[in-house]
Amino acid sequence: MPPAFGVLFDGIAYGMLLFLLSVGLSVTLGMMNFVNLAHCSFAMLGGYVTVTLMNFFGWPFFATLPAAFIVAAAASVVLERSIFRRFYHASDLDQCLLTIGVVFVSIAAAAYIYGTDEQPVQLPDFLRGSINFAGLNFAVYRLFLIAVALVITILLVAALEMTRFGAQVRAAVNNQRMARGLGIDVDTLFAVTFALGSGLAGLGGALAIAMVGLDPSFAFTYLIYVLIVVSVGGLGSIAGSFAAAMLLGVSDIAGKYYVPAIGSFLIYLVMMVLIMARPTGIFGRRQA
Amino acid sequence: MTTATIAGPHDALQTQARWQWAEIAFWLATLLPFILAPDYLLLASQVAIAALFVLSLDLILGFAGIVSLGHAAYFGLGAYTAGIVSKWGWGEPLTGLLIAGLVAGAFGYLTSFIVARFRHLPLIMITLGIGLLLQEAANSASWLTGGFDGLQGIHTWPIAGKFHFDLYGYTAYGYALAVLFLIFLGARRLTLSPFGLALRGIRDNGERMRAIGAPTRSHIRTIYTIAGMIAGIAGAVLAQTTETVSLEVLGFQRSADVLVMLILGGAGRLYGGLLGAIVYMVARDRFSGLNPQYWYFWIGLLLIAVVLVLPNGLFGGLSLLTRRTKAAS
Amino acid sequence: MTENALATRGINKRFGSLVVASGVDLTLPSGARHALIGPNGAGKTTLINLMTGMLTPDAGSILLGGQDITALAPEQRVRLGLARTFQINSLFPHLTALESVALAVCERRRVAQTWWRRLAAYREEIDEAHQILTALALETVCHRRARELPYGQQRLLEIALALASCPKVLLLDEPAAGVPRDESKELFAAIAGLSRDITVLFIEHDMELVFRFASRVIVMVGGSILFEGTPREIASDPQVRAVYLGESRHG
Repeated sequence: MPPAFGVLFDGIAYGMLLFLLSVGLSVTLGMMNFVNLAHCSFAMLGGYVTVTLMNFFGWPFFATLPAAFIVAAAASVVLERSIFRRFYHASDLDQCLLTIGVVFVSIAAAAYIYGTDEQPVQLPDFLRGSINFAGLNFAVYRLFLIAVALVITILLVAALEMTRFGAQVRAAVNNQRMARGLGIDVDTLFAVTFALGSGLAGLGGALAIAMVGLDPSFAFTYLIYVLIVVSVGGLGSIAGSFAAAMLLGVSDIAGKYYVPAIGSFLIYLVMMVLIMARPTGIFGRRQA
Repeated sequence: MTTATIAGPHDALQTQARWQWAEIAFWLATLLPFILAPDYLLLASQVAIAALFVLSLDLILGFAGIVSLGHAAYFGLGAYTAGIVSKWGWGEPLTGLLIAGLVAGAFGYLTSFIVARFRHLPLIMITLGIGLLLQEAANSASWLTGGFDGLQGIHTWPIAGKFHFDLYGYTAYGYALAVLFLIFLGARRLTLSPFGLALRGIRDNGERMRAIGAPTRSHIRTIYTIAGMIAGIAGAVLAQTTETVSLEVLGFQRSADVLVMLILGGAGRLYGGLLGAIVYMVARDRFSGLNPQYWYFWIGLLLIAVVLVLPNGLFGGLSLLTRRTKAAS
Repeated sequence: MTENALATRGINKRFGSLVVASGVDLTLPSGARHALIGPNGAGKTTLINLMTGMLTPDAGSILLGGQDITALAPEQRVRLGLARTFQINSLFPHLTALESVALAVCERRRVAQTWWRRLAAYREEIDEAHQILTALALETVCHRRARELPYGQQRLLEIALALASCPKVLLLDEPAAGVPRDESKELFAAIAGLSRDITVLFIEHDMELVFRFASRVIVMVGGSILFEGTPREIASDPQVRAVYLGESRHG
């Protein structure tokens, strides 16, 4: 089978995963300009929830997914209400430092509780193996991942375009001051959006285990990818996050396959060039 | 009469520039390890190197307000340059130091054009990117850098033919301390100069700087180049005193560590960074026996605490305390 | 000599479908004291941003002393003699008043790049800064940080910063905004004391200030100049009244 298709398929699957991990951060950054470097800590939390529920409590894989979402969302609410909300108007530096502190704590805690090894997870039988279609092999889990991500994307877009909540989110991202002036409770809106975004990250973390592995360094390693997606795609843009995630996913896999010696270097270089060319991202808006 | 009203402002600014007793005491105290703790001189030289690195970050972050998550790029570049120059046969430390400083400064100059154009998230990403790029490049160019295994074959010649670098650390600490002090003198002068004032203006309100006709980008390029050079010199001292260089000198961990040290001590006051470096490095040495996870757990909590409670770091807290006790007495 | 101090020709600017400036032709003769008034959202501050270069016009040109400055960066325009103050104080919070003004003076004199000499050695620059502060009755607080000053004195520091660049044209954006009545005396004195060499355009809602200092008033509505005349003409014009009274029903 031409390896190009395999690379493309893997790249798309990886891109979908990156999208799930990034979309929450893109929207919350676009809305409140709060640089939350701890975003992937919530993803990591979701991953460890799945591991704990499956390996220690014997839960089936599918049941752990909503649990990962909920626990990550709940944890984000706790952090947001107690500490983060005081820093919405603080400097970039303070926000970075605060959230880096959270990342350090989360990585240390994960290493303490679970150790530094990659966590094993037993997927249900029907998610393992691969399907043969038109002479090409498609890994079942990756198909599953793509399907889940597409469903969530459709739900997100529908929610944004068709619900009142979505309209308020779009308004707040576009121009926070104006939204407040129109009577939108931006603070509550943000808390809810933050929880949803972190929950999605948690779900992404849970789904990531069987694809890229889970260990305490996840919170930082994937932070870099998520930041790239968000910066290149544009703050507050779901379409931008999707496009950038796809771009990054395919490029990363292709780079590692075709030019493994300099794969990452090219990614970082392209990322920087894109950010310099369009600092607000491909689909980004000017900050109002 | 007119002389009396005008003498006022000059007096105030001149007092600001004078060396305080506490400063002189601090620098005299840096000589104590030679006498009181000769077994810890190697650690002391590490502290001095870290302090120099923090100083360079303070100039761009504490004074000009540039948030960099990739400052280790310049540190590592200086380390590798000094290491490679030595490996290729020229182990003279002082010239090696200069060469490393020039190379790192040149890279700082080139990247400063990019850095000066951006703020907020794009700037953070770009500084992060510079560090990541350089680390990847060093990893790939293993014929030059030794790649994952690190640079081998560094041998530092004695300074002026007399002072050998050995395991006792006398030369190492003396060398590192001298470099730190000399550069500190320059940095101190810079912060008290009109340029230092301009940097603080940029940090306080970049928009207003442009409105008074200040060439902000040019200022940022200048300080970023200087800071890159200093960071490179710090890296070179590390390479020369430890005779090893590995990829971690360019890594995010190092960029994050120096940021933590600066914030812990207090940015924008020069001495804050030095204090932060001392506290951080000594504490890490104490706890290095324990699980490294504990270390990052407590550092994380400390970082959160500092941001919440002590925005000016330990140094800021100390000055507040001394001001309050003075006012009370 | 016959050149106008500042002139705009056909300035157009829109943000999407929102037109903030439409065919703005404005002329400031040397030494003039003109006021720019209009309801909120009329585009007055936007016009100042366009003049100073913080915004780029979609069309039109800006001439300073006859020289086309439309393509110049904000800091270059300041060097040519165009200075402004901000409606909301834009100061250097951690710098003292003296340091702030001295910084502006040093930038003007192009000595701000020197890092090897102490600031204290620049006696002339410090003296000049002190003189500017004294002229604005700020010499007693020159060692206090900008953020610690009372609001009225902060507004005066705003003006001091602008004056430190020795402008030929000074754009004041609502200098009296938010200044309590008991602190406005110094402010009025400061504006009255502005040298006749400086051409001044100020945006104001405070009609007392307009009547006292302006020789000519320009009325701006919805991005266009509606009317121009002496303060008396403006005050009695029915169209102007309708625009303001119409606005106050909403405001």
